Amino acid sequence: MRGIIGRKIGMTRLFDEAGNSYAATIVEAGPCYVTQIKTSQNDGYEAIQLGFVEKKIKHATKAEIGHTSAAGLKPFRILKEFRDFDSDEPLQQGAEIKAGIFQEGERVSITGVSKGRGFAGVVRRHHFGGGPKTHGQSDRMRAPGSLGQSSWPSRVYKGLRMAGRMGGTNTTVRNVKILKVDAENNIIILKGAIPGANKGIVYIRK
Amino acid sequence: MNKVDAVSAAQLKSDIPEFHSGDTLNVHVKVIEGDKERIQVFQGVVINRRGAGMSETFTIRKISNGVGVERIFPLHSPNIAKIERLREGKVRRAKLYYLRRLRGKAARIDEKRRV
Repeated sequence: MRGIIGRKIGMTRLFDEAGNSYAATIVEAGPCYVTQIKTSQNDGYEAIQLGFVEKKIKHATKAEIGHTSAAGLKPFRILKEFRDFDSDEPLQQGAEIKAGIFQEGERVSITGVSKGRGFAGVVRRHHFGGGPKTHGQSDRMRAPGSLGQSSWPSRVYKGLRMAGRMGGTNTTVRNVKILKVDAENNIIILKGAIPGANKGIVYIRK
Repeated sequence: MNKVDAVSAAQLKSDIPEFHSGDTLNVHVKVIEGDKERIQVFQGVVINRRGAGMSETFTIRKISNGVGVERIFPLHSPNIAKIERLREGKVRRAKLYYLRRLRGKAARIDEKRRV
């Protein structure tokens, strides 16, 4: 597994040599630093912890400062573990992970927090069809319809899809194609949309 | 420059002539047939121009064999070899969708007079 922490910058469109147009999401990925190495002997599993976006010392707790100072790093706003991290040479604490670990054309998974939609109705939240517009209907257009049967079972089944809070959850999109990698400027350009708002934190994994 | 603009800067064209809604253009489109590439010219009136930066597009309308044909081009598409401005039209709107319900003489656009 390879992975990096990034920040969604925004969307645009790009053309390939054949003139095809693609929707493209721009992600500022890294540079991240290895803040901790977890081993099976010590922790029961293999992983590395990456840090992204430095934090000012005055804003960090002593625990946060102590966690990264041994490797000569500043504290980070975002820490994220990536399990079974593949790298050519063994990584040391403090090592830099850059956007160049990914190549053009690779397919990756993107995890981010989706945009919050607040309390959404069933049409928006579960793609219900709503009710009829005509034939004497007055207030049924976006209604959920029946919740179930009558005297048996005399209750509403658990897990029935209803209106409620939507979005604002961890969401992963898989098989997202990388259109371009600009390792120098730490930019990864992905095909199509990814979860979350602009400036949101995303995790890119392969 | 913000990072979105920086990414698309390399693909933005700089040789696009000035044109607006109501102008008549010749758009030279690259057409690939098998392994051969040739240029096809689409001539018509600009009825819409929208978007900004990389996503800017314009719509050309022409009457072909008595049928109205509209084509939307991405302004910065590499498939557009050249844009020629043939005539500058005098119009009072940015979107000329009203042309769709007009035929013949009524669908003409006056030429803009420059003093």
